[in-house]
Amino acid sequence: MAWVWFHRFGSPPYFYRVAGLLAPWFAWPAALLCAAGLVGGLGLAPADYQQGDGFRIIYVHAPAAWLSLMVYVVMASSAAVGLIWRMTVAYAVAASCAAIGASFTALALATGMLWGRPMWGTYWEWDPRLTSELLLLFLYLGYMGLRNAIDDIGRADRASAVLATVGVVNVPIIHYSVIWWNSLHQAPSVMRFGQPTMPAAMLVPLLLMLAGFTAYFVALLLTRARGELLRRERNARWIADALGVATGKGSAC
Amino acid sequence: MLKFLLMGGYARYVWPCYGLTALVVGLNIHWARAALRAAQAEARRRMASLKAAS
Repeated sequence: MAWVWFHRFGSPPYFYRVAGLLAPWFAWPAALLCAAGLVGGLGLAPADYQQGDGFRIIYVHAPAAWLSLMVYVVMASSAAVGLIWRMTVAYAVAASCAAIGASFTALALATGMLWGRPMWGTYWEWDPRLTSELLLLFLYLGYMGLRNAIDDIGRADRASAVLATVGVVNVPIIHYSVIWWNSLHQAPSVMRFGQPTMPAAMLVPLLLMLAGFTAYFVALLLTRARGELLRRERNARWIADALGVATGKGSAC
Repeated sequence: MLKFLLMGGYARYVWPCYGLTALVVGLNIHWARAALRAAQAEARRRMASLKAAS
């Protein structure tokens, strides 16, 4: 019973239709959550006792870094599902993740550099957290490059899925890098066992931003995956129905 | 207001971060919509050519 929704979502016409209906239900809450998070983070949260107002970078840096990792996990798991069950929808979802993930990884690195300059005295250091996050950016770019290099979309899906799945090993390395090695980067203050180490006035806006960015990603993913599905099922009759295009008798072939 | 904009002396680090974030968020919305529209237009063309062929 629990798997019924999974099988339904595996059907391209169903996914295309439901994704189109669901996307606004993620987009608008995302905008509201981010607006509330920005008011809280920039206006209401007190300045940090050590970093002053500079710490407010956290309200965009942490959500960007969170997306960089979460998007990769979504991409790698969809790619693996695609490889194992040969699901077109899963490949479409995986392919949709790459550009989103790459852009937020680059954003996490850039905002981290702008935070590092005043706090650490340097934009960049070959530190475990920074280096493993840079490697994540290269994994995304490698995935996109590999897809672009293969003309046949089915072959591109399968080859890039292997790269995405193998690269997932980097995700726990990034997360635990600040614990395993001696890093300039601070240890986790929210995603850790036990209580978060921030007071509520700082933490609540951060949680709002994290939730807002996550909902925003889902809306983006649903929109992009619909396009990717159309590219993969170019001759299917359901596309004509979904797009409201009248077709001749031979169109189902 | 000026105090808010100055960000306790960290303005030149804080505001570029927020500006870059707005840019990436906006670009992703644009890219997602453009990709969907392009795929729909391409699918419509294909459907039309199938109709013509049939």
